[in-house]
Amino acid sequence: MDLLRFITAGSVDDGKSTLIGRLLYDTKNILADQMEAIERASKSRNVGEIDLALLTDGLRSEREQGITIDVAYKYFQTPSRKFISIDAPGHIQYTRNMVTGASNADLAIILVDARHGVVEQTRRHSLIASMLGIPHVIVAINKMDLIGNSEDGYLQIAQAYKELAEKLNIKDLTIIPVSALNGDNIVDRSENMPWYTGETLLTMLETVNVLKDQNQDDARFAVQYVIRPQTEELHDYRGYAGRIQSGTFKKGDAVKVLPSEQESKIAKIEFGGNEIDSASVLESVTILLEDDIDISRGDSIVSLNNSPVISQDLEAIVCWMDDKKTLKAGNKYVLQHGTSRSRCSVRDIEYQIDINSYEKLDEVESLKLNDVARIVLRTAQPIAYDPYQKNRANGAAILIDETSNVTVGACMIE
Amino acid sequence: MSISVKEVSGISEQEADERRKTPDYLDQLEAEAIYIMREVAGQFERPALLFSGGKDSITLVRLAQKAFAPGKIPFPLVHVDTGHNFIEAINYRDELAESLGAKLVVRYVEDTIKAKGLKEQTGKNASRNWLQTFTLLDTIEEFEFDACIGGARRDEEKARAKERIFSFRDEFGQWDPKRQRPELWNLFNGRISKGENVRVFPISNWTELDVWAYLKREKIALPSIYFAHERELILRDGHLLNNTPVIEKDENDQIVTRTVRFRTVGDMTCTAAVESNAATLDEVIAEITVSRISERGETRIDDQQTEAAMEDRKKGGYF
Ligand SMILES: Nc1nc2c(ncn2[C@@H]2O[C@H](COP(=O)(O)OP(=O)(O)OP(=O)(O)O)[C@@H](O)[C@H]2O)c(=O)[nH]1
Ligand SMILES: [Mg+2]
Repeated sequence: MDLLRFITAGSVDDGKSTLIGRLLYDTKNILADQMEAIERASKSRNVGEIDLALLTDGLRSEREQGITIDVAYKYFQTPSRKFISIDAPGHIQYTRNMVTGASNADLAIILVDARHGVVEQTRRHSLIASMLGIPHVIVAINKMDLIGNSEDGYLQIAQAYKELAEKLNIKDLTIIPVSALNGDNIVDRSENMPWYTGETLLTMLETVNVLKDQNQDDARFAVQYVIRPQTEELHDYRGYAGRIQSGTFKKGDAVKVLPSEQESKIAKIEFGGNEIDSASVLESVTILLEDDIDISRGDSIVSLNNSPVISQDLEAIVCWMDDKKTLKAGNKYVLQHGTSRSRCSVRDIEYQIDINSYEKLDEVESLKLNDVARIVLRTAQPIAYDPYQKNRANGAAILIDETSNVTVGACMIE
Repeated sequence: MSISVKEVSGISEQEADERRKTPDYLDQLEAEAIYIMREVAGQFERPALLFSGGKDSITLVRLAQKAFAPGKIPFPLVHVDTGHNFIEAINYRDELAESLGAKLVVRYVEDTIKAKGLKEQTGKNASRNWLQTFTLLDTIEEFEFDACIGGARRDEEKARAKERIFSFRDEFGQWDPKRQRPELWNLFNGRISKGENVRVFPISNWTELDVWAYLKREKIALPSIYFAHERELILRDGHLLNNTPVIEKDENDQIVTRTVRFRTVGDMTCTAAVESNAATLDEVIAEITVSRISERGETRIDDQQTEAAMEDRKKGGYF
């Protein structure tokens, strides 16, 4: 059985948490004691009916305010698939938490309140989903019960969303009318919207093909740790521990070590101490090379005749996440890319992206919390990267503030 | 059922190869956990693995073995012993550490209580669960651990469902749920200042059932209390607690003999048994699959005290 990670996104109160609660409830994945706890909590808050959002809104301040602050992870299973659901906050203030959840998602469900249509946060979250290269997007037009389940109302919003999506890079887009509160078109087909002939949300989640979303072509491996047992029997053992970022490696493959560009061949691949013939994307293995070369954490092993770009000059789309300090040209950070860290400085802010129109704003002096922009970086050491849109694993990087140690930027290298 | 060291060492090469041809969610979860373990070894100078003798930490040890094979696990196993642990879990802990040749550090809540003159809870529901935090923080300070790997899972509890995999803690061990660091892709940021530390949860994304399925797949033996056996228990408010001198009893408590197993193995004062005839891994898995009650709901008395009990403990430095 395979695994699908999906996130719910969209504006405040559009019903993201309720939708996840509903999915779990209707697939019978809420256990009796959890249901009782939600009932108790709903009663103590005088919210008439049972509030399914309380399933994911687990923090004290979330329950006090009735909003989501940070992402919650819930796990459920149907006969055909395992799911990791990620419930994101809608508030603009907590966008960085939404980005945290979205960065690992295979699919995003973007909710829209049928009464309000597409709003600023819909645009912001759609832009983020597109920049992060989330391969599948489902737009759930929610609270259909509040607009009398009107097909016209649905079509208007669907049209508005399609216009927005044209300016973005969304590979696979589906739109669906739902009521998270009542469970319409979530797991069961709605009798209130006979005009809708498409699939239910759950069927879409169960059938979307995620296997083909991985980069299977470009063999990349970032060294995390060098295993050197230094015992008598394993005196000369040097294994490079890491996770295959993309592509496949086989015993005997000709490879290159970056950034030093030394060449060698794969002598052996091991998993858990046992030899295996080959390893592909997402597998955590240990690689041994034929030649004795100097390799340490932060280096990469790649296929000999398919190399990433090696450079100290990078251009990247950045999502800025620091609520205290702004990003300005001249600022210095630590760039973490794969397992390597390098100091870097910001050469320039090329342009900022307007959240509403997706237009490029020139001559921007600084970036503040939640701004999205294209920046130019110069790193102290060369970085071996692939463009993010071609290779998510080897095109992603984070910026770390050198004094506070906090992660302040999400970078997608172009 | 005592553990055999051979069984811990795992599956045959052929079997391993067979499995790899059909990658499924368990393989993905395993690969992710191994990746996280290696990030800890790569990013920190003095990491530790918090080991309790329970099934989640047993799973962690197995993952650590695989992550660093054929080398040894490059960090010590650390156990904060409340003195109220099941003897079966303690024996398992000692045997496992010995068979791995791993360094085992045990620190006792009892000693912290004496040294600091802490006041223990009294009465029939007294537990040292909360006091563990003091011993843990002292141990972290004593060894200057900069990362502590723990077996917490997000499916266990609603505050845990919110926690990052690399969970930053300030110099007082405190978790601040409103100011968690962004955690993007699989780029874990373990940079900290001296005195601060990071709690790392490699099996964050595993469910209880995933852990059981993994233990079965890897043929890992468990402490015997996880399987059905006859035992003398205290029946209190519908919960079955081990009948031990460390739990104070009163006239409302009934002493009963039942066939039970433990679904979680924590401190005896706050871990309840479940009635069960499941004597093998398969039978346990079959029972859990159809169970309508969550693991902590059924067995953990400490969570049921207030709505945000776990969140509050974590803010105070708990795992
Ligand atoms: N009538 C109606 N109300 C809904 C529906 N879905 C959600 N709601 C209500 O909308 C309100 C907000 O729902 P939440 O699920 O908390 O919204 P959210 O998107 O998670 O909000 P944030 O996480 O704070 O951004 C609650 O009162 C829900 O009961 C729906 O389909 N119909
Ligand atoms: Mg919410």
